[in-house]
Amino acid sequence: MRIDCDVLIIGGGPAGLCAARSLLGTGLKVLILERDPFLGGQLLKQTHMFFGSKEQYAGTRGFEIGQILTREVQASPNITVMLETVASGYYPEENFILALEKEKKLYQVYFKKVIVATGASEKSLLFEGNDLPGIYGAGAVQTLMNMYGVMPGKDIIMIGSGNIGLIVSYQLLQAGVKVKAILEAAPTVGGYFVHAAKVSRMGIPIFTQTTVKRALGRNALEGVEIVSLDSKWQYVPGTERKWPCDTLCLAVGLSPMSELLWQFQCEMRYVSELGGYVAKRNPFMQTTHPDVYIAGDVSGVEEASSAMLEGTIAGFAVSKALHKMLDSVDQVIQNSQTFLDEMHVGTIGEKIRNGLAKVEVDVCL
Amino acid sequence: MRIKEHPIIDFQKGKTVTFTFDGVQYEGFDDEPIAVALYANGIKTLSYSLKYHRPRGIFCCIGNCSSCLMKVNGIPNVRTCTQRIEQGMVIETQGKGAIK
Repeated sequence: MRIDCDVLIIGGGPAGLCAARSLLGTGLKVLILERDPFLGGQLLKQTHMFFGSKEQYAGTRGFEIGQILTREVQASPNITVMLETVASGYYPEENFILALEKEKKLYQVYFKKVIVATGASEKSLLFEGNDLPGIYGAGAVQTLMNMYGVMPGKDIIMIGSGNIGLIVSYQLLQAGVKVKAILEAAPTVGGYFVHAAKVSRMGIPIFTQTTVKRALGRNALEGVEIVSLDSKWQYVPGTERKWPCDTLCLAVGLSPMSELLWQFQCEMRYVSELGGYVAKRNPFMQTTHPDVYIAGDVSGVEEASSAMLEGTIAGFAVSKALHKMLDSVDQVIQNSQTFLDEMHVGTIGEKIRNGLAKVEVDVCL
Repeated sequence: MRIKEHPIIDFQKGKTVTFTFDGVQYEGFDDEPIAVALYANGIKTLSYSLKYHRPRGIFCCIGNCSSCLMKVNGIPNVRTCTQRIEQGMVIETQGKGAIK
C-alpha cells in the first residue's frame, strides 16, 4: 500500500520526537515510523534527572521527558505515528522507503524530506567467552530493570566508566542489585565527575587501567578474570585475578545505525569519536543528500540532550526547506545550535568537538 | 526475579498470561517481551549457536543483535527481546544441543 507524507521521520526516540514537535502547526503531513510498540526510545529507561537548561528539561527524569514528548506528538493533528513498523529499506528508483508493519503489512512510503533518527546499537568487547549468557550491553540491563522491573542479576561487574557505565551502576543500586566494581581500561574515569562521585559515595569501587580478560563459566557466566593494563593498554603479566559474578555489563560505547544513510548514498565518514560511520552534514543536520536529514545518535553518538537539540534543528530546518515554517524558525534553530555548542565546550566536549569537525560540511539548504 | 520495590519507578504490569518454555508452563505479563518473561522466570539461555552449540542469551534487548532468536509457536528465528509474550505461546530453545 502507498502512503504519502511531506516529512518522514524514522525513529520515535528523543531525536525523532523533537523533530516531529518542531513541525507542529506547520500544516505539513508528518509520519513517524517506530519499530517498538511505544514512542520515547531510550528515554524510557532513563531514571535520572537531566542536566542543562529549562528548555532541555533539566531536573526532569528521562522517562518523564519521553512521556511529555510522546503526549505532545500524539496530540497533534498533522503528525501520524506508526508503531511496530520498521523502515526496512530505501528504493532509489522510485524514491520510497519500504515500511513493514507488525511483520505483516508492507507500505511504500513516499516523502519530500526524511529525517533519519534511527539511533545506535551497543558495542561488544573482545575477550574469551564474551558470548556467555550473563554478559549484556548496558542498554539491555536498563531495559530489563527500568522498563520491565526484572533484576538483571545479583552480582554485577560493570565494564566502562563513561556516563552510561556510571549511571547504569547507580540505577542497578536503586533496583537492589549489587555492583561489585566498575572497570575502566583508560587511566582516568570517562564520565562526568558528578556521576563518578555519586557511585563512589555509594561504595562502588572504580578500577582504572583494568579490564576483563576472560569470562568464566560453561553454560552461563560465573565470574570474570580481570587484568591490569599498562600505559600501552597491554596486559600486565601476573596481575590476573578471578572475581565471581553472575552478570557482566558492557558499557563500552555505541555505534550509529546508519544503514539507511548508506542506502541514500549520503557521504559517510568513519569517525571513532562519534562511534563509527556517520553522514557528513551541515549545521542544519542536512546530509549531502539534499532530502535527507539526520538527528540523534545516528549522526554521532552523544546523549539524549544533544539528540533532542539535533532533532529540533532538523525539524525546523525541514519546515524551512519546505517553505512551511513558523515565523520564529531562524531564531529557534539558532538557539538550539547555541545550546548544542554549549554542550561541546571544555575538556568534556573535546572528543565530540573533534569528531564533529570531521563531518561538518557546507551543504546548500 | 522481579524487582519488588523501586525508589523511582512504579512498574505497571499487564495481564498475567501463561506460556510454555520447552514443555514447562510459566507465567508472564502480556506487555513484556518473550525474553524478558523468560528472564523473570530465571531462564537466561535462549538458544545455542549453530556451529559450536554455545549457549546464547540476550545481549542488546532492543532488537538490534540476533542473540535472542528462538522458536515461537513453531516459527524459528523470532526476535524474542522485542516480540511480546501472548497467552498460550509455545516457546522453544533454538538449536538445542550439547556444548561441544
